[in-house]
Amino acid sequence: MFEILKREELNPTVTRLVIHAPLVARKAEPGQFIILRTDGEGERIPLTVADYDRAEGTVTVIFQVVGGTTEKLNHMRVGDCLHDFVGPLGKKTHTDGLRKVAVVGGGVGCAIAFPVAKKLHELGCEVHAIAGFRNKDLVILEKEFEQNSTKLVKMSDDGSWGQKGLVTDALKALIEAGEQYDEVITIGPLIMMKFVCKLATEYGVKCVASMNPIMIDGTGMCGGCRLTVGGKTVFACVDGPEFDGALIDFDEAIARSATYHDFERHKYEQACNLFAKEVE
Amino acid sequence: MANMNPKRNEMPVQEPSVRNRNFDEVALGYTEAQAIDEAKRCLNCKNMPCVSGCPVKIHIPAFIAKVAEGDFEGAYQIISEASSLPAVCGRVCPQERQCESKCVRGIKGEPVAIGRLERFVADRHNATADLSAVQRPLPNGHKVAVIGSGPSGLTCAGDLAKKGYDVTVFEALHLAGGVLVYGIPEFRLPKSIVQREIDGLTALGVKVETNVVIGKTISIDELIGEYGFEAVFIGTGAGLPKFMHIPGENLKGVYSANEFLTRINLMKAYRESSDTPVLHAKRVAVVGGGNVAMDAARCAKRLGADVCVVYRRGMEELPARREEVEHAVEEGIVFKTLTNPTEILGYNNPDDRRDPKNGSVCGMTCVEMELGEPDASGRRRPVEKADSAFTLDVDCVIMALGTSPNPLIKSTTEGLATESWGGIVADEHGKTSRDGIYAGGDAVTGAATVILAMGAGKTAAASIDDYLQQK
Repeated sequence: MFEILKREELNPTVTRLVIHAPLVARKAEPGQFIILRTDGEGERIPLTVADYDRAEGTVTVIFQVVGGTTEKLNHMRVGDCLHDFVGPLGKKTHTDGLRKVAVVGGGVGCAIAFPVAKKLHELGCEVHAIAGFRNKDLVILEKEFEQNSTKLVKMSDDGSWGQKGLVTDALKALIEAGEQYDEVITIGPLIMMKFVCKLATEYGVKCVASMNPIMIDGTGMCGGCRLTVGGKTVFACVDGPEFDGALIDFDEAIARSATYHDFERHKYEQACNLFAKEVE
Repeated sequence: MANMNPKRNEMPVQEPSVRNRNFDEVALGYTEAQAIDEAKRCLNCKNMPCVSGCPVKIHIPAFIAKVAEGDFEGAYQIISEASSLPAVCGRVCPQERQCESKCVRGIKGEPVAIGRLERFVADRHNATADLSAVQRPLPNGHKVAVIGSGPSGLTCAGDLAKKGYDVTVFEALHLAGGVLVYGIPEFRLPKSIVQREIDGLTALGVKVETNVVIGKTISIDELIGEYGFEAVFIGTGAGLPKFMHIPGENLKGVYSANEFLTRINLMKAYRESSDTPVLHAKRVAVVGGGNVAMDAARCAKRLGADVCVVYRRGMEELPARREEVEHAVEEGIVFKTLTNPTEILGYNNPDDRRDPKNGSVCGMTCVEMELGEPDASGRRRPVEKADSAFTLDVDCVIMALGTSPNPLIKSTTEGLATESWGGIVADEHGKTSRDGIYAGGDAVTGAATVILAMGAGKTAAASIDDYLQQK
């Protein structure tokens, strides 16, 4: 069993959990993910590794409540145990030879962008972090990004945190100002990543996007996580989750990600009602 | 005196119109009287042709003789000398191509229903046996790791545990059983039967570690170097799904059979209460003609869809077991044979880019085929008929085209020789190119049957025993 050692609400819908999983902690690297189940009847969901501590044997995940399973997960407390926790899965972020990188995160995607920024920062790379949120109430990991980047550009939709505008506005301004990046790494909503990749490609900068499609096993068995990259079908779980952003068919990925939209909403409401009843 | 009825005893089954709406087991098994009557049809041939057709050489006439005497436990003991999973094999073995195909009674009538008798004997034993009474063998002090908890891994683990080895089985998923739990549906192989086999192994002292992906969580070299395992058996199966690489294959509503079956069998998505979703389509096309295609088609039918199986050769060439095809036909599944898909069509609302149906399957273009000259496999090669394209009205497509071994072990184990198509190279004793590492089942042969995997697990267990006793 995988005990929850720490729990922290980063904003009203985003929570950080530190989980005792020594075998996973031993091997985890930025860019990789785990699959968990809350209980013996639960769904398998993939979450990207947000941090790890090999000495303590812990793995940190950060998640947003989007459906029934994440709602259940959000009701678990310190001392509770996850039924299943397996990983690390997928390939680690490619960091070799990178000297100057823009890490572009959006919303809860910043949770996944953070370990990448941290690793690059530790390797002596110049890291420009661009973080975007809808408003200041949803901001997560501000301090962590400040400590692990050369420069942090804050963007919000309404201007309540940093500058008003999109992460693409910030990236464009930096490139226009003469910043020359070896690579742009982007993690966030699909639509945001689509436009970050488009922008970087227009400026001739290599762009890597971290994909988080629907999957079950995470070992290449189901093929549910397949994407089209450069005209070829790939499996995000074993070939990724990071791919060359210029080659990803984002429109297809966006359509596929909505396959179970109605089911998720239904299960979320069911879970909410269940917890509301328990409170009564 | 032998029962000379040319016909075998029919096994009671659920009515097709009832069973195609539930996931309960289709076949209900023989009664005691039916089993004894059927056992009496066996002529107890001296040269035992049936045994030559059995991949694990069960002493078939001997166990059947015990059934005829009413000594069912005696029959079980004879089967279990050779087979580790009789309740499973009695259900999913292609007996009509193995033991039963050699039965002398099959020349002038129907062969003895060996598979049904095996199932009866195993179920009878499982209903009465007490696992807590199982005696653990004396430990011999050697540690062996088994990777994968499917038929080959379970068999290898069981045989080694009986010899006193300290065996740990590593499973990547959250539940042990491999293809027996994620692939084969409940209505063909109830999961309680698989669990019973696994409980039997743990009673013998086998440890089962789920949620460990060998090659990711722990490497094979770490198992040997750090964890102190003296030998390793790789039984990781063939889990990687194949696709056709035709346009539209990544639309919403296109599944690999692996994904569709895993959602239903492992994750129980057919139950209203399940947290795991599966699409409840109206019209489903399953592409392929093997047992997996039949399983997928019959599951889709049970979820309420109209289902057709699309296969590029004819009915005669279907690689699935005949019984599975017959069951599928009875349940109302339509066979579109000599048909090959060329494109899957997607819905697109030009007026509303946010229409949730955009990117969903709305049809499949196919061409008609005819059979030409035999190809390398000896089967007649299907050739496309000119100007025969037509569109099938479907909203879900399931690709059941076969699977290949997962490259995870190969890519993380140095010096482990593999075939160009991904199979692990192993000799007839299960020995791989690396000392102390053995392999068997679909990981070596590519997708095959439960019984062949079981046989490979047995062979490897014997080889590992020889290896460690000589060490």
